[in-house]
Amino acid sequence: MAEHYSSFQRGSMRWLLQRVTAVFLIGALAFHFVLLHFVNHAADITFAGTQARMSEIGYFTLMIVFLVTAAFHGLNGVYNALINMGLEGTKRKVVAAVLVVAGVLLVAQGTYVAVVMSGFL
Amino acid sequence: MSSTYDRGTVESFGRWQEFSAGMWAWILHKFTGWILIGYLFTHIAVLSTATQSPEMYTDTLQGLEALLVVRFLEIGLLAVAVFHILNGIRLLMVDLGVGLESQHKSFYASLILTAIIALASIPTFLGGMF
Repeated sequence: MAEHYSSFQRGSMRWLLQRVTAVFLIGALAFHFVLLHFVNHAADITFAGTQARMSEIGYFTLMIVFLVTAAFHGLNGVYNALINMGLEGTKRKVVAAVLVVAGVLLVAQGTYVAVVMSGFL
Repeated sequence: MSSTYDRGTVESFGRWQEFSAGMWAWILHKFTGWILIGYLFTHIAVLSTATQSPEMYTDTLQGLEALLVVRFLEIGLLAVAVFHILNGIRLLMVDLGVGLESQHKSFYASLILTAIIALASIPTFLGGMF
């Protein structure tokens, strides 16, 4: 028997969604880091350069999907880690509500920023 | 197949000498995950300067990049992200039942690869500072 440590209950929907988003994020996060630190250096970034990238519909769509999946993966990870550490009852419901609101606000603000950067507005 | 058993309170670091490679991997994955989600909120906040004016966005990013401490924080962020990615791939393999008997080796490989990539990135991140 191999040991297995995880904050997630195997087979649950939250566990499955965490794995599915992880597969996407492995590629998306690596791409994001390489593009904005090694291909384009962060110190050379200007609004004009950002707008040139974000006005490409494919890149814009990728960034929005990246934002949504990263927010879900991160907040779902936090939620399951807290449950694994003993969070239950009313506190668990309050934490879930706070994390959902935080996630919605993060995605809304990130989408607004992306739209402004793209020049679509 | 995995087995479940009482592992005690993992956050009780007084027992750190008893931790196995799998437990260290789990703790580090959780630790790097907390950093990454925290950074995501900070990242969107900084990029939100674009909603004020193009000049504020450019000046904010270039101002931050002019600080040596920010360059070192970026190397740290890369190390955190690389470890989370590599250990995440390892976790997916474990969940798929692939290489279960070598999972401690793949954890050490994740650590070594993270260190190599982070060290190799130093010239890029510190470029133009000196």
